[in-house]
Amino acid sequence: MQGRPVDKRLRLIFAGLGLVLMVAIAVWMLQGLPEGRARSFVLGLRAERLAGLLLVGVTTGVATVMFQTLAGNRVLTPQIMGFDSLYILLQTILVAGLGITGFASIPTWSKFLLDTAVMIALGCILFGSLLGRGSRDIARTILTGVILGVMFRSLSAFIGRVLDPNEFAVVQQSSFASFGHLDAALLPVAAILTAAAVGLALSMAGQLDVLGLGRDRAVALGLRHRRVVFVTLGLVAVLVAVPTALIGPVTFFGLIVAGLTHGILRNPRHAMLLPAAGMIAAIMLIAGQLVFERLLGQASFLSVVIEFAGGLFFLYLLLKGRIR
Amino acid sequence: MIRIEDVSHSIGPARILHDIRTGFPKGRLTALIGPNGAGKSTLVRLVGRLENLQSGRISVDGHDLALTQTLELARVMAILGQDTAIASRLRVRELVAFGRWPHHNGRPRADDHARVETALENFALTQLADRFLDEISGGQAQRAHIAMCFAQDTPWLLLDEPLNNLDMSHSRALMQRVSDLVRRQGRSVVMVVHEINYAAAWADHIIAMKDGRIMAEGDPDTVLNQRTLSELYDADVQVSRHQDRPLVLHHA
Ligand SMILES: Nc1ncnc2c1ncn2[C@@H]1O[C@H](COP(=O)(O)OP(=O)(O)O)[C@@H](O)[C@H]1O
Ligand SMILES: [Mg+2]
Repeated sequence: MQGRPVDKRLRLIFAGLGLVLMVAIAVWMLQGLPEGRARSFVLGLRAERLAGLLLVGVTTGVATVMFQTLAGNRVLTPQIMGFDSLYILLQTILVAGLGITGFASIPTWSKFLLDTAVMIALGCILFGSLLGRGSRDIARTILTGVILGVMFRSLSAFIGRVLDPNEFAVVQQSSFASFGHLDAALLPVAAILTAAAVGLALSMAGQLDVLGLGRDRAVALGLRHRRVVFVTLGLVAVLVAVPTALIGPVTFFGLIVAGLTHGILRNPRHAMLLPAAGMIAAIMLIAGQLVFERLLGQASFLSVVIEFAGGLFFLYLLLKGRIR
Repeated sequence: MIRIEDVSHSIGPARILHDIRTGFPKGRLTALIGPNGAGKSTLVRLVGRLENLQSGRISVDGHDLALTQTLELARVMAILGQDTAIASRLRVRELVAFGRWPHHNGRPRADDHARVETALENFALTQLADRFLDEISGGQAQRAHIAMCFAQDTPWLLLDEPLNNLDMSHSRALMQRVSDLVRRQGRSVVMVVHEINYAAAWADHIIAMKDGRIMAEGDPDTVLNQRTLSELYDADVQVSRHQDRPLVLHHA
């Protein structure tokens, strides 16, 4: 029986990823710790930020890999298809509906849960029909996604104009990515949602493998295709809502992560791909934040750099004709 | 037996199939022939439940398509579509192994591995098993797809133009394997064939389609005659005989 060398290679890769992640976490927590009473305070702060970065990394990595499997190509991300703009639109509508005092008075986590629930429903309706048929017309799919994204964003902006400037500022705050400032109040509920969604995703890893063969072959092999498509989209909606709520929209980060994951693993099994994607994303975020925040003292640059690099990678994929 | 009763199909305003009523006999090799656009692929896709049934009824060995779980159907029939492009990057062995999925649902046993190796061997793919699908020729990839259907190990096989991309020797090897399955193992095969002499040489039963209707059906000797074929393809076709089988000559 062959297949053994592959398994050995994968084990090495995971050992490597785990080691790098551990080192990154250790450096993140322990580098330049102050002495005395400030120590435990700084540690607590760092742990909080670390949890945020881990959550953002894991959700983005897992969501992108799942989404690309569903869409049947390696160029799309949920964000390119306007998933995160949808989340921001929902936030805006919520502010508009409740007014700034109402928005501030309901607990953050219940807003977040409400948004996520609506997003699951809308995401399934909007993208289920678009992606579920296994359309090979990728140019049209991308175009539709970009148009939807622009539409959601302009709708948010329009509602923002109608709101008074104070209220709009509340929304604006939540529509730009910043790894520096994350909403710590959301961490517990975000962690629970992430754990549930990732757990469910892992439990259907085998079905995702079959889904990746395209609609026809998946149906021929007995996969309940429509159901799996909708469950996948629902999970992706949750896994996009989490990072968008924590730090704001990041369009191209997932693209780099998914590209790296497939490039490194060279294995189609989601039982391997999903954990690897989560680990790779977490490593990139923690290491990147270490470099920009502690080394260069420019915490806010990370999202810019990631978006820039990711954008270039997106262009590279498009120009190389890597769209399949 | 696959029964097809009063099946019509439309895409938008276009009527693709008109009240098709026919059957694929069990334990036989059935060939679907006819010009491009006749509706052969549509019919095969409907039987393979890749397309939703709009009207009529289809049953496979008594399993009504509308009432049977799709996983159960995957253990009764394997279907190879005409479109074989795949988004994920797979090795040949990984693709073939997916054929076992309906039987193990993600947890392959030793028996599943063994059957995959057998399928690879049968299609001369053992040497290529660890290559990626986009690193081999179109014909080799086509063989990998067929091997996946064989690995599925179902009583019924539906193959839409499986000879696409195959050279003469691999075409013949495939037809030999298929007819082996039918005659030795009692399995049933339905295939869309363009090279009519393959149908003439190997098929037990022929269904000729044109413009979404069945024009003729029956054994090769009754269907493959000059009048039917000339009308089917709107071209002058001669039929002679070779080794007691019809031989169709279509060079003018
Ligand atoms: N997606 C589609 N949209 C519109 N017409 C289609 C579509 N798919 C197939 N057709 C039409 O249906 C008819 C039958 O197609 P098909 O079953 O593929 O024929 P065959 O396999 O016999 O060549 C053709 O006339 C074709 O143009
Ligand atoms: Mg066809």
